[in-house]
Amino acid sequence: MSTKISPDLTANCAGIVTPNPFWLASAPPTNSGDQIMRAFDAGWGGAVWKTLGQPIQNVSSRFGGLHYRGTRGIGFNNIELITDRPLETNLREIAEVKRRYPKHGVIVSLMVETREEWKDLIKRSIDAGADGLELNFGCPHGMCERGMGSAVGQEPRLNETITAWAAEYSTVPVLVKLTPNVDDIVPHGIAAKRGGADGVSLINTIKSIIGVNIDRMVPEPRVASRSTNGGYCGPAVKPIALHMVGALAREESFGLPISGIGGISNWRDAVEFILLGASSVQVCTEVMLRGYRVVEDMIEGLTEYMREHGFERLDQMIGRAVPGFSEWGDLDLNYETVAKIDPVSCIGCQACVVACHDGAHQCIHPPKEGRVPVVDESECVGCNLCQIVCPVPGCITMAEVDNGFEPATWNEFCAGEATLRPKKGVHE
Amino acid sequence: MPKLPATRSEAVFADAKPAYTPVQALTEANRCLYCADAPCVQACPTAINIPEFIRKIATGNLRGSARTIFDANIFGMSCARVCPVEVLCVGKCVYNEMDVPPIQIGKLQRYATDAAYADGERFAEAGPDTGKKVALLGGGPASLAAAHELRRQGHACTIFEQGDRLGGLSSSGVAPYKMKADRALEEVEWVLGIGGVELRCGVRVGVDVTVDQLLADFDAVFIGVGLGPDRLFHLDGAELAGIRGAVDWIAEMKTAKVPCEGIQRAIVIGGGNTAVDAVRELLGLGIPEVTMAYRGGEDEMSGYEHEWAAAKVAGARAAFRVQPIAYEGEEGAVRAVRMLRLDAARRPLPGTEHSMPAELVLLAIGQSRLGELFAGVQGVTLDHGKVVVDHDGATQHPKIFAGGDCANGGKEVVNAVAEGKRAAQAIDRLLRGGKAS
Repeated sequence: MSTKISPDLTANCAGIVTPNPFWLASAPPTNSGDQIMRAFDAGWGGAVWKTLGQPIQNVSSRFGGLHYRGTRGIGFNNIELITDRPLETNLREIAEVKRRYPKHGVIVSLMVETREEWKDLIKRSIDAGADGLELNFGCPHGMCERGMGSAVGQEPRLNETITAWAAEYSTVPVLVKLTPNVDDIVPHGIAAKRGGADGVSLINTIKSIIGVNIDRMVPEPRVASRSTNGGYCGPAVKPIALHMVGALAREESFGLPISGIGGISNWRDAVEFILLGASSVQVCTEVMLRGYRVVEDMIEGLTEYMREHGFERLDQMIGRAVPGFSEWGDLDLNYETVAKIDPVSCIGCQACVVACHDGAHQCIHPPKEGRVPVVDESECVGCNLCQIVCPVPGCITMAEVDNGFEPATWNEFCAGEATLRPKKGVHE
Repeated sequence: MPKLPATRSEAVFADAKPAYTPVQALTEANRCLYCADAPCVQACPTAINIPEFIRKIATGNLRGSARTIFDANIFGMSCARVCPVEVLCVGKCVYNEMDVPPIQIGKLQRYATDAAYADGERFAEAGPDTGKKVALLGGGPASLAAAHELRRQGHACTIFEQGDRLGGLSSSGVAPYKMKADRALEEVEWVLGIGGVELRCGVRVGVDVTVDQLLADFDAVFIGVGLGPDRLFHLDGAELAGIRGAVDWIAEMKTAKVPCEGIQRAIVIGGGNTAVDAVRELLGLGIPEVTMAYRGGEDEMSGYEHEWAAAKVAGARAAFRVQPIAYEGEEGAVRAVRMLRLDAARRPLPGTEHSMPAELVLLAIGQSRLGELFAGVQGVTLDHGKVVVDHDGATQHPKIFAGGDCANGGKEVVNAVAEGKRAAQAIDRLLRGGKAS
């Protein structure tokens, strides 16, 4: 560990250079110049302006929250559309923000229909001072029914065509914002690349119904006596976002810079996205729930992390976890772990016993005496469930077992090149 | 039952542990780890499924939460307030093992049960009539819990109570900063709401009715008579006004008005929970100087540590290793207690006689036992005045069962409820033709 390093957090995502990799995603926190200037004051490195297009009419209500065991907003969805403010107002404020904050990144999100509209809006955005453009091919509600948003993002040829228009008209970097509402993200990233995009940002929100009001018997968020599907985001979507970011990052034919989005709530989440290939990260829900101030800890936490791991620049850590993201067939089937329970820190809640008995392989048992459960290592398959349910950090560890077998993958086994260890926990 | 006067002394007390608001209850319920084979349940004499009722609070199934509680303990509302949770369920919460504040199980239980009371919910219904009759002696929690369980099984019940109110110590003995008498009586009504329980108040066992007579008229008899009057010291001056048994004084404080005028100093003799309660109650009534006088050291007190700590916070004074040897008075009223110091082995230290001034002296040195009432009954054996029973509350007489303070020597409401319920289940097995245990 080195404490002498002063890490440089300067980010460069597809040529858009910002003081740090923390950008506000195109959403309510970037609705106006006043908001974005306050965000820059708080420490945000960049902001993707709330999508410009034909101003729309919004509904009330607009947001829904997913709450779990007393934690509010572990998931979030919205049925708000793109900007409802006049284009001239937005462009005037973009220019003002850039005049006052020349070193910060202002990326303008766009969503229109015709080639002429794209051409016009791109020019006016760049004239106002945009450092980059983000093409909103992702919004899964409201706009897609009008042939925009995810309706574009789900059609690789449409994606490629409109991206090509933007690439032709733009003098600043163009990011294509991808929708996760597809079965495989890779062809959509490739389509953006073929169209000439400088990078992609993902994920946009996931088509969702956040909940149902069980007394009124109407889905949420309720608009009079109805609701509609919205875009799902927040901490709960992070695993889906990480997978899609990682899938593009490891795709050799892709190779474009990625701005990572999806449930990023703190510096740890940001580090995970960067390690899986993101060169900037975009945040919305956490800011909507807690305000611009959360960036202070994001910057500090990332700085401390880089210092501890000896990274001086972001590019030294971007994608470092990508090689570790492989296919199932390349996993070592002979790698073996078993659960170990630390009897000193165990509080005797027996949560692991229930979880193992009902949800896993019936190998953790109540003790004959005392409260510390007993692991039957001969039956333990090393699944991790006990460690996940244990409320005491560090109490249950998964210990590697030296079973004497050489590493062997399924693919090697199928090729007749490997010997697999005997299966555990299988009772025929 | 006679109405309680609104001006009774206990009315001045506020709850030491205030009720949860909904958001407080939800926050606390969501902290529960939902342990399996949970230590809190093991620590509960009535084995309430605590993790389950807490989970139900967290999910918004408040009625189900109360149902879980009352299914195990029909006195769940009062036990939520009066149980020494610090040494029972809460004391065993696994959070203690990681030095995290334990789940406030009592407050959560109060939250769920209060809601059920407020909604007028009753969960248990009387079973189909079996034609069998059970007599229950004593109207406290043990008999009431037994009667309720017997009614669930369809047996007719008659409660014989020597006083004019039911509830036993639940209505006359609980510290008012935990629960007041009106709430206890409301609970009695609620428990009796199952129907089919005949009440015979003002009936003294052995005087107005004999056990033999009851055995002839009923199919089984449950003894739940509790304990007898306070024990007193037979010392010089014992006849002076202002010297009282603590249990007797507490009952009057809860159901009527105890005189406090002119009392500057009070002494409570004893070191158990009744003594500690009396000290806190006297302080709460505004007596300026209240001293607990105990023959042992602080570490030898049988009163709960957390209760004594609260008493000290309230301003209690203490005199340890002292023993009263006489009362001193003027004009027929007590003015001081003559004390002698004791050594660590509780032997008197010569030359240490001194007077502790007091205008009120409460004796909290135990209660007499009522087992002698049943001394002549065949099959009922006594151990130091306690009725001897097995785990199911059965005596050696096949039709006589017992539970609560008269059998356990004096424990908590929750113990009486557990014993009454277990005995009722054994009686049910007996009446259905099987063996009681």
